[in-house]
Amino acid sequence: MSDATGKDFVAVVASDQRKAPVRVAFVTRRTSAQVKSQDEEVIQAFPEVLFRAAIAVQLLAIVLVLISLFFNAPLEGLADPSHTPNPAKAPWYFLGLQELLHYFPPVVAGVLVPTLVVLALIVIPYFNINVEAEGLFLKDRKRRLQIFWVSSGVLCLFLLLFDVIVALVPTVMTVALMAVAAYTPANTSSNFRRSLAGKPLSFWVMSWFLFELVVLTAVGTFFRGPGWSWVLPWRS
Amino acid sequence: MSVRVSKYFDALTETRAWRSVFRGGSGSSTLHRSMAIQQNIFLHLLSTKVRKRMISLNTTWYLGTLTLGTFGILVITGILLMLYYHPSAPQAYADTKDLQFVVSSGQFLRNLHRWSAHAMVFLVFAHMFRVFYRGAYRAPREFNWVIGVVLLLLTLLLSYTGYLLPWDQLAYWAITVGSNIASAVPVVGDRVRFLMLGGHFVNANALLRFYVLHCMVLPIAALFFVAIHFWRIRKDGGLYAHQKDAASVSNCDSGRPQL
Repeated sequence: MSDATGKDFVAVVASDQRKAPVRVAFVTRRTSAQVKSQDEEVIQAFPEVLFRAAIAVQLLAIVLVLISLFFNAPLEGLADPSHTPNPAKAPWYFLGLQELLHYFPPVVAGVLVPTLVVLALIVIPYFNINVEAEGLFLKDRKRRLQIFWVSSGVLCLFLLLFDVIVALVPTVMTVALMAVAAYTPANTSSNFRRSLAGKPLSFWVMSWFLFELVVLTAVGTFFRGPGWSWVLPWRS
Repeated sequence: MSVRVSKYFDALTETRAWRSVFRGGSGSSTLHRSMAIQQNIFLHLLSTKVRKRMISLNTTWYLGTLTLGTFGILVITGILLMLYYHPSAPQAYADTKDLQFVVSSGQFLRNLHRWSAHAMVFLVFAHMFRVFYRGAYRAPREFNWVIGVVLLLLTLLLSYTGYLLPWDQLAYWAITVGSNIASAVPVVGDRVRFLMLGGHFVNANALLRFYVLHCMVLPIAALFFVAIHFWRIRKDGGLYAHQKDAASVSNCDSGRPQL
């Protein structure tokens, strides 16, 4: 249209609007309009989503009922303040902290660490570093590699100094995976390495937390016996 | 037979009494199905429409739904357990023994409550990591993530307070270990511990306090935050869908109107 008249646009308005309702969009040459297409297929929450949710909950209930039929909840003797069992263990989800309590003073393992973890979880979405979705070593590579090696070295030394081998193992695992990511060539044929190289810093920090959580909890639950000594669960 | 039943059910849904309760009426049109959600005080926390790819299992693994499911099981079994339980020492232990050996299905009830509690703690953690790895905490869903962290803490507290209630050696010393950590808090530690236990060590006062927290305060708080959590999903634009292909964003930078 613009070629014929020399204008950017021609607005056409039909005289009989009941017959031909026309929407007119005035877009000047310099404007760029980004339109997000809304062609995603949607379904009704009722019944399609709710029924699926109900089935999921029913399957869960069946699994839990079966477990409850075959495994009894533990019940020991009456509470006795004068008789301390050895070891006295907290519920399993706190055994990671109890494991740390074995190495660090209570104010560090029992107060500082959980407080920092909760604060770190809360602030995750409010820091740009967590919203960034680019591979950690893809940008500003040289400086980031330096920071990575120095900080992971300091952390490993710190854990070694306090003899916290249990927390050191997941740390070394994370560092090793990060090193694989850092030295992945751009033309790698391995899908696994390419996906590792594309992971942002937030992914690595959270994965380190997950590794620590799983390993510390598992060790505290299964591998600790009298006096918090190392035991093997299959030899009791 | 089933045709006749459904005919009676349809007739029932047309009665004045039924319509006074369920204003949306019954029907299978999109409008009726939307109204089934909108016109219900509990369901209106949810969106009426959901992106189709969000219901596939490997998107969310249904972890949030399953967590709510365990919470439901815990409320039901918890209320039934309360019928047989006195929060006093050492009666609490005798009641727990009675549940195992005297009450019909008491053992099953207690098993289901305990294993569901463990499952809920596990599912809450799994849900958190799943949400993180999908990047679903990003704006505009930041605050719902924070509510999720609050719910994680409430879940841990619920499980922890419930741990004491059987009043056996396992319960007593687990709570002693945990409450000793509270006294490590600088300056206010011992006061916090005293407030928590109602004394200087775990005793009958602590049992009563944990019972009130476990059966009243924490479940109501959890329900409150669960309601906000679900409502915020709708308000923040539905379940997070990852925008993968750039093709879904059409660019109109041609300088011409596209009518």
